[in-house]
Amino acid sequence: MRAARPAPHILPGFSLSLGISVLFLCLIVLLPISGLLWQLGGLGWSDYLQVMGSERVLTALRVTVTAAAAATLVNGVFGLILAWVLSRYRFAGRGVLDALVDLPFALPTAVAGIALVALYDKSGWVGGLLDHLGLQVAYTWWGIVIAMIFTSIPFAVRAIQPAIEELDAAEEAAALTLGASPSQRFRLVILRPLLPSILTGVGLSFVRSLGEFGAVIFIAGNLPYKTEIASLLILIRLDEFDYPAAAAIAGTLMAASLLLLAAINIAQTRLQAYLRTEA
Amino acid sequence: MARILLILLATLFLALMVVLPVVAIFHRAFAEGWGTYLASILDPETLAAIRLTVIAALIVLPLNIVFGVASAWVIARYRFPGRRALLVLVELPFAVSPIVAGLCFLLIYGAYGPVGAALEPFGVQLMFNLTGIVLVSLFVTCPFVMREILPVLMVTGEDEEKAALTLGANGWQIFRHVVLPNISWGLAYGTVLTMARAMGEFGAVSVVSGAIRGQTMTLPLQIELLYNDYNATGAFAAATVLTGLALVTLALRGLLERFGPRRAH
Repeated sequence: MRAARPAPHILPGFSLSLGISVLFLCLIVLLPISGLLWQLGGLGWSDYLQVMGSERVLTALRVTVTAAAAATLVNGVFGLILAWVLSRYRFAGRGVLDALVDLPFALPTAVAGIALVALYDKSGWVGGLLDHLGLQVAYTWWGIVIAMIFTSIPFAVRAIQPAIEELDAAEEAAALTLGASPSQRFRLVILRPLLPSILTGVGLSFVRSLGEFGAVIFIAGNLPYKTEIASLLILIRLDEFDYPAAAAIAGTLMAASLLLLAAINIAQTRLQAYLRTEA
Repeated sequence: MARILLILLATLFLALMVVLPVVAIFHRAFAEGWGTYLASILDPETLAAIRLTVIAALIVLPLNIVFGVASAWVIARYRFPGRRALLVLVELPFAVSPIVAGLCFLLIYGAYGPVGAALEPFGVQLMFNLTGIVLVSLFVTCPFVMREILPVLMVTGEDEEKAALTLGANGWQIFRHVVLPNISWGLAYGTVLTMARAMGEFGAVSVVSGAIRGQTMTLPLQIELLYNDYNATGAFAAATVLTGLALVTLALRGLLERFGPRRAH
């Protein structure tokens, strides 16, 4: 690159801090990701389609996506409830609830994984209860959903919470005096302005669930064609030294995550602009 | 009425989904008494895993702090071509799932990757050892310090720094006496987050560690190994160490939010 034009960098330290940042990002982020692209580049379209079209890969992708969608649905509802309760109500124990929301984020995923099995296995407290009812969660698709709910709930809550805090309480009062019914007040005055942040929360929760590994593999049972998630299949292909197949699945997963995040970003901006013109 | 119902629902959800699993960890760890618990923790392999985890975190931490401060500084204080790209790159690791991240490192720094293959004749091996663990830990913790400092730098502005400059302070003095005091709380919180995440990372580390018993097993990997060996008590005992770390992290966060300045967001 040509030496930068004489920009008014008055404060010292530009070259040093830029140099450190660029060096670090190249070695730690850019180079590894180009490693994946390099491997993918050596893989023709037909090879790629052959890997991705196999029954085992398709099933793993379906299991991962459906479980992530189910977990995201639960997190959308409870994320909204938790964010509402935490930002609107003052009650004894609110601080504890607030801290608990971050616990899944702070807890290492492998620890979360064995903790959830301990709970939902037949010998566990919840699993034992469910077993009496003839239900099984551990080592099934439902177990995967539970693990994904656990690891991604903080993302949903923390995305929605600031938006609720910014809601104008006067508008709710105005709607009340104008004779709006409770359902109208909820839909039009509360839910509508929250939509962009709910979208973000739900999207982040879904992306996180798609890639979740540690928390899931203990409770999933990991049966090929049944309860095997995409991340695990990447690891299995790696152990077989089938690097191209591993790269194909990983590249698909990464592209899906990045596209989703970009789409959420764009949709959020559009939605915000739309709601503002409507108001 | 709605208020009580919603609070009840929220509490029930967190109790069932978050509190109960954590309680279950301690319940299982102490199921066979204190003696077995201590014996499990003091098992040589588990101790070696704890040691390796701490060593890796202690290497990751200073590197991430230097990068976090430098990148936050350059993004907050200067306008240059590629600034936005820099910001996107720092945040990118958030969007990459752990196994995919590990695979990326293997494909470039592993024996079959271009960089790994080029280094092999010199006897340098980057993957399946401590270096590999450190490298992926740097990747997964990359945005943590920067993210905490950037908003602080944005809010404080550069007036104080320029004032120090006109008074004749050099770069290091400005950093030491003006910038550092301003960002210290954010830095502290970012450090805590990095520490917790580096010590707890499982997926990415499991791809590149090589998983040699007693040698390249970090604590989360050791937990998986013990669990799959049907040594549940040992696994849950080891898990209490990381759970304790998570609880300390949350407590520190609470303290920083309570006694530190209000965090800018």
